Amino acid sequence: MASLAHLEGGRGTEGEGGDRLVFEFLTAHGAALLFYVFAAFAIAGALTVVTMRNPVYGAAGLLVAFLAIAALFLLRHAEFLAVVQTFVYGGGIMVLFLFVIMLVNLSRLHETRMLGNYWKTALVVCLLLIGIFGFLFLQVDFGAPHPNPGNFVDVEGKALGNSEAVAWILYREYLLPFEIASVFLLVAMVGAVVLGRRV
Amino acid sequence: MEITTNHYLILSAILFAIGVAGILTRRNMITVLMSVELVLNSVNLNLIAFSYQLSDLTGQIFAVFTIAVAAGEAAVGLGILIALFRLYDDTHLDKATELHG
Repeated sequence: MASLAHLEGGRGTEGEGGDRLVFEFLTAHGAALLFYVFAAFAIAGALTVVTMRNPVYGAAGLLVAFLAIAALFLLRHAEFLAVVQTFVYGGGIMVLFLFVIMLVNLSRLHETRMLGNYWKTALVVCLLLIGIFGFLFLQVDFGAPHPNPGNFVDVEGKALGNSEAVAWILYREYLLPFEIASVFLLVAMVGAVVLGRRV
Repeated sequence: MEITTNHYLILSAILFAIGVAGILTRRNMITVLMSVELVLNSVNLNLIAFSYQLSDLTGQIFAVFTIAVAAGEAAVGLGILIALFRLYDDTHLDKATELHG
């Protein structure tokens, strides 16, 4: 904080000149820098999942990818979903995977083949997928994000934060899908209990 | 240097392709399920990017439902995995050929 006060005072000695350069770079490119850092983390985690033979390392990579994607949600002002992503994926689903990895016996992992018969074809298909999608997405110009402040106010015109706005639209316009989702989760829970039961 | 929706779309396509590669090439069922989670996450990234681009919260609502479905899918998938492990004493997908005919 002290260096920031100096910057505002405009006293430029040699060390503070470097500080000023860093400060200006961060204010201009900080969001882009954060995007690239977290994108790199997400891709590295995803590659760990796919390439590691031991699923424990894969689970660690998956956790890194989940948290990096939560940070990317934050950069797009989806604060509520970033928290949900951290709790549900980083907490719940991760624990589920780790418990199952502990339950099954991984001692025979090294005797079996890691990849299927057609892995070269699959790899080519995936590279083509990246190439075609990347080519298409580079052609399109979406322009600047267009503002729509009507989405972020309640009926009385009070401005809402992200969580409030999501709750507002979820319970007003998407109430039926929300209830169906709760029934779906109940069905999934019963199904998991029945499948995991000893017979 | 501004981060646009295109950046998010390309990152999402890369994550999607990595996930699909995991589903298609790996033969360990735990890894396949983790790759499915990766694919669903990349779709969420797209939804959030367009929600920001259009200032429309519907994308975020869809992402909430995707997360709910992913949680149910993981629970049922891992239940099937435990049942398969009891049957074959292994999580290798090539061993699960009982319905193969």
